[in-house]
Formats: sequence, C-alpha cells, structure tokens
Amino acid sequence: MAKKLSNYSQLLIPLIAILLLILFNLIRDPEFFSVGIAANNNGFPVLQGNLISILNGASELVILSMGMTLVTAASGGQDISVGALAAIAGSVFVKVLKSGSSINGGTVIAGFILCCIVAMIFGSANGTLVACFKIQPMIATLILFTCGRSIAYWINGGATPTLESPIITAIGSFIPGIPVPTPILIVIVTGIVFALVFRFTNLGLYVQTVGINQGAARLNGINHIWIKLLAFIILGACCSVAGMINVCRLSLINHETILINIEMDAILAVAIGGNSLGGGKFRMIGSVLGAYAIQMLTITLYAMKVSSTDVKAYKAIVIIILVVMGSPVVKEAVGNFWNKRIKRNHAAVGKGAES
Amino acid sequence: MNGKRQREPISDTMLLMSITIGIFVVMYALAMIILGGGFRKPQMLFDMLNDNAFLLIIACSLTIVMITGSIDISVGSVTALVTMVGVMILNGGLPLFENIRLKIGAGEHFRIFMAVIAALVIGLLYGLVQGYLIAYLQIQPFIITLAGLFFGRGMITIISVDPQKAPQDLMDILQTRINIPFLGSPNKKGVMIPAHIEIGVVIALVLVVLVFVLLRYFKLGRSFYAVGGNQQSALMLGVNVRRTRFLAHLLSSLLAGVAGLVFMMHVGAGNATNANASEMNAIASSIIGGTLLTGGVGNVIGTFFGVLTLTTIKAIVVTSGLRDPWWQSITTGVMLCFFIILQSIVLSRRGRGGFRLPQWLK
Repeated sequence: MAKKLSNYSQLLIPLIAILLLILFNLIRDPEFFSVGIAANNNGFPVLQGNLISILNGASELVILSMGMTLVTAASGGQDISVGALAAIAGSVFVKVLKSGSSINGGTVIAGFILCCIVAMIFGSANGTLVACFKIQPMIATLILFTCGRSIAYWINGGATPTLESPIITAIGSFIPGIPVPTPILIVIVTGIVFALVFRFTNLGLYVQTVGINQGAARLNGINHIWIKLLAFIILGACCSVAGMINVCRLSLINHETILINIEMDAILAVAIGGNSLGGGKFRMIGSVLGAYAIQMLTITLYAMKVSSTDVKAYKAIVIIILVVMGSPVVKEAVGNFWNKRIKRNHAAVGKGAES
Repeated sequence: MNGKRQREPISDTMLLMSITIGIFVVMYALAMIILGGGFRKPQMLFDMLNDNAFLLIIACSLTIVMITGSIDISVGSVTALVTMVGVMILNGGLPLFENIRLKIGAGEHFRIFMAVIAALVIGLLYGLVQGYLIAYLQIQPFIITLAGLFFGRGMITIISVDPQKAPQDLMDILQTRINIPFLGSPNKKGVMIPAHIEIGVVIALVLVVLVFVLLRYFKLGRSFYAVGGNQQSALMLGVNVRRTRFLAHLLSSLLAGVAGLVFMMHVGAGNATNANASEMNAIASSIIGGTLLTGGVGNVIGTFFGVLTLTTIKAIVVTSGLRDPWWQSITTGVMLCFFIILQSIVLSRRGRGGFRLPQWLK
C-alpha cells in the first residue's frame, strides 16, 4: 500500500495546488465553477463558465507540457524554443491557407500537415544539436529562441494576416452542434494518442532509461541519440498543434505575441507536476495537472480584477510557495516529523501492551 | 609546481576564451576592411560599450552563476525593476500602495544617492531570497529564477504601467560623458570630435576586473569553480557547497542591481519592456565567451569578448544593409549556432585526442 502511494506522491503538489485554488474560489464566489449553456453568436448552444474557460485556455499549454515532459525526461534539459517554434508553425499554417484561393477543408489539412513537418524539422535540428553534438538542451534551443520569432515574421513577409473562415472558427472555438470547445477535444485526442503510444510501445521506458543513465541505456542496446531526437521531434509536433490552435483561436497570426512566454509556463508545468528537471523518471499526468493548475491560477487572478500585466508578480509568489512545499529539504523535514510521531505512537502502544 | 614551472596543456577555459577573442578580432578587422565607414572610427567600439554596459554586467553575473553550475534568468527583470524604481525615486517618490507615496527629499544628490541605495537593496533582497531557496532548500535554480523573472516584470507594471521619464537636470548629471583625448575622429566639417564613454562603462569595466580578480585569486572564486566542476568532490575537499552556491546567487543579483543602475543612467526612463530578453543575451554572450552551462569552465574576460562579439554581429548586420527587421536576430541565431557547434567540436576533439565527425555524418 505504502509503495503504491509513493508512486503517486509526485502528483501531490499539483493536486494540492488545484484543490487549494478550487477552495479559495468557492469561498470567494460560490458560483465560480457553475457551468451553464448559452447560445453563442451563431445560435448554437455551447457550454460556458469559468471552468470551461480554464480547460479551454490551457489547451496549448497542456499540449506543449506533454511534449516538454518527454524532452525533459530524455535529455535532462529544457527546450526554451517552444513558443518560437509554435510561432513558426502558425506562420506556415497561415501562409498555406493564404496562398490558396479559398479556405476549405483540404487547405486546412494541407496547412496542418505542412506546419507539422516544418515544426518537426526544426525540432529535429534542436534534437541533433542536443543528441549528436552533446550540447545542453537549453543552450541548443537558445538559438531557435533567439531567431524563431523573426523567422515567423519573415515567412509572412512582415505582415500579420488575419483569417476569416467558418472552418477556422470551428477549430478555434466551437464546431456547430458540439457544445464543448474544440481545443479541449484536441487536447483529449492528443492525450489519447500519447496514452496509446505509451501503452503499446516502449517509448516511455526507453526515454526514462536514457534519462536516468545514458551509458547503461547504450549498453542495453537502446540508441540514445535516436531516443533524444525522437523526443524533440514529438515536441515539434506538439508545437505545431499548439500553434495551430492559437492561430485559429485568434483568427490571426502575430509573431511577436503568439504564445509569448509559454516556454516558461510549460517548463513550470513540468516542474510543478513533480517531474525532475534533471531528467529520468517522468509522469505525464503530473505535467498535465500542473498546466491546468497554472491556468486556473491565471483565471483566478483575472477574476480578482488583477490586470494581465500584473498577474506575473502574483503568479511568481504562488509558484515559489508551491516549489518550496515540494522541495526535497522541506519534504524530508515533514517526513521526519511524521516518522517521529508514528514512532512515538508505536512506543506508546508498546508500553500499553507491556503493562 | 615542484618549484619549477612546467609546461601545462592549455585548459578548457583558456582554449574556449582564446577562440572567442580570435574570432572577435578577425570579425572586427574584416568589418573594418570590407564595411569600412563607422567601423574605422574608434567611437563605434565605444558606442557598443555605451549601449551594452548593463549587458556586460549581467553577463558577468551569469558567468559567475554558470561557473557554479547553476543558472539565473532573473537578472534581466532585476535590471528593469531597478531602472523603474530608480527613475521613480529621481522623480521624487515611489507609490507604495493605492494612495500612499513614499516621498524622497528634494536634494538632487540625495535623490541620486537614494536611487543607488534602492538598487543595491533590491539586488541584495533578490539575491538573499533566491540564494536561500536554491542553495539551502535545494530547489531547481531555473524555476526559482523564473519566478524571480515573473515577479520583477509584474512588479514593474504594478509600480507604473506607463513609461516614466527621469527629470532632465538629473539625467544631465548622470549621463556625463568622459572624453578620451587621443581617439577622436573628424566630423563632416573637419572638426575633431573626441571619443567618449559614459560613466556606466567605467563602472562595468571596473566590475569586470573585480570579478576577474575574485574568480582568479580569491578562495571564494576558486570554490565557485570547484562546486561547478563536481559538487561531491568539492564537498570532500572541504568547500562549503551550500554557502558557495548561496554567495554565487547573492553576487549575481547584486551585480544585476548595479546593471539596473547603469541601464537607468543610459536610457533615463523606466518602461515595462526595458532590458527585455536581456537575460538570454547575457547567457548567449557567456556561452560565446566560453562558459559552459554544466559548470566549472568559464572566464569573465571571455564573457567580455562574448558581449563585444554579440554586439558586433548586430552592428555588422545593420551596417551591411540588411534593413528588414528580422535579419538581425536570424543572423545572431546563426552565429550563436556556429559558436556552439564549434565549442562542442573543439571540446569533443580534446576529449578523444582526435577530431571525429558525429556518427550520422560518416
């Protein structure tokens, strides 16, 4: 029993964070999490409420943090170029849609496939630097971080084009007839894909092995270069999905502001989810919960009428409290405290038995 | 070494540093020959220093932290926060809460003095909190300094959403130019204009020398290298690992506070986007200068040339006629890629005693 519980102990911090936020919101405003159905602009009934906007708004972050978990586990470092890569992917997507005469299902699929390929190429470039040239991931991806948004700007020739089409609205907000926002559905599909991959392949095991001990993995016949490269390519695909969702949500691409600072949030989600930033063992559900906790915090702050630029300061304080709670030293101190109490209780019971 | 000087093989630090210096010299010389124009005037170099004095200081602080095997990405936001607070103090007050303003006395010199004190206090507080959390509570430095970055940027907008400008008479005092007599160049009318630097550059250069001396000749500096190289063996050698890491972060944030002061003296205005992404530029210059993120390798002189190389690349892009806004960062990225791969190849060649292509290129 104790062993089983310790398996899940890393999920404690994100769960506690989410629970605290839910409690805080319920005390502040009992109606906060009420979900209602209202007609949107097109007259279809859709779900509305803070809970939906949290789930909806976190979509990009959740998808990116899934990929980031893999990269962190395999390479023991973080990719700081995901925002820039999503900007590039979004630009390619818009470029393809704009080059056709009209936007229809075919061009959207073609655009998605092309932006996925481009993002995977950039991802594999990052992965090559990390795996073959043995450069620390943060530094290798610093290159794309520096020039990624400029490349996105260049692809669209210095413009910020807008997209007007029912298909784009369907991907970005609601498919007619389905009351759940489409980004949430995309997240669910991505999650199922990851779950199936982990269920039916050895990817998760191999990634952990490479992350824990590269030499041992090599001696066991695992190609660590290929595993690291694969992690970065998967992250590239995640970036393209996130970029596409964001472009469709806003119906425009702005290379400067699209998913700005999301790399920091994604790394944060991985860390809050209890995954070691030094690589090795990982649990993807932790990162997902971490991402939702971050988004819930942001929405809570917005609901408290904190302006969007000030949110960062309050966020920082909450983050520090969370990571202090999860720090090894504090955990050990708390653990010692509990052990002592248990021992004392045992001692008391023992004495009672003797007498 | 046994009383007599032995010929030692060149260390990793020295090798990477000399590569950077060599490339910088070659690049600047080529720019002078091919592009000519501004590059032949000494003022070009001094202008680069004027614009990037703050970057030089935060690059130094990152070098210290990276040598210790840690990372600090909050320096840019500390710089911006100090700039904003400093400008508010020069303007005569700091809003603490909704309607309460902290009034600062009227004397000009007193205000400047208070701004300096505020900068050091902010740097110190940042360093104490981050250093304690990282060194003593053993939390990953990336996360803590990321929270520091968010906090700094958020605080700036809490203090003031609108850009603030410092009073002109005070800025005149702070932006005093120091003329260098022999390195002038004639302007269009043929009048010699002496080359000049700002006070901030002097501060930055003094700090570079101080950090160099600290890293090279002091026990604390040597223990930075020891902790960065291998924490376990540093511990066995009797280095107080926790205190060393704590002091590295304290020093780094303190330097970032000074950088904010220098930045304020240069721009004279507080703005939410001040020194944006400068922490990444600082990391990039440290890397170009031969500091490794893994720790234990690095030199502040290399960082100095790293900053110069980075700014020279940008200057070359601007002067060579690539006017589109995207070229500057794309070329910077490409050059960064070149430097990083070069370092990786050089280091792996040293490790194996011979140059080898990566497996997939064979």
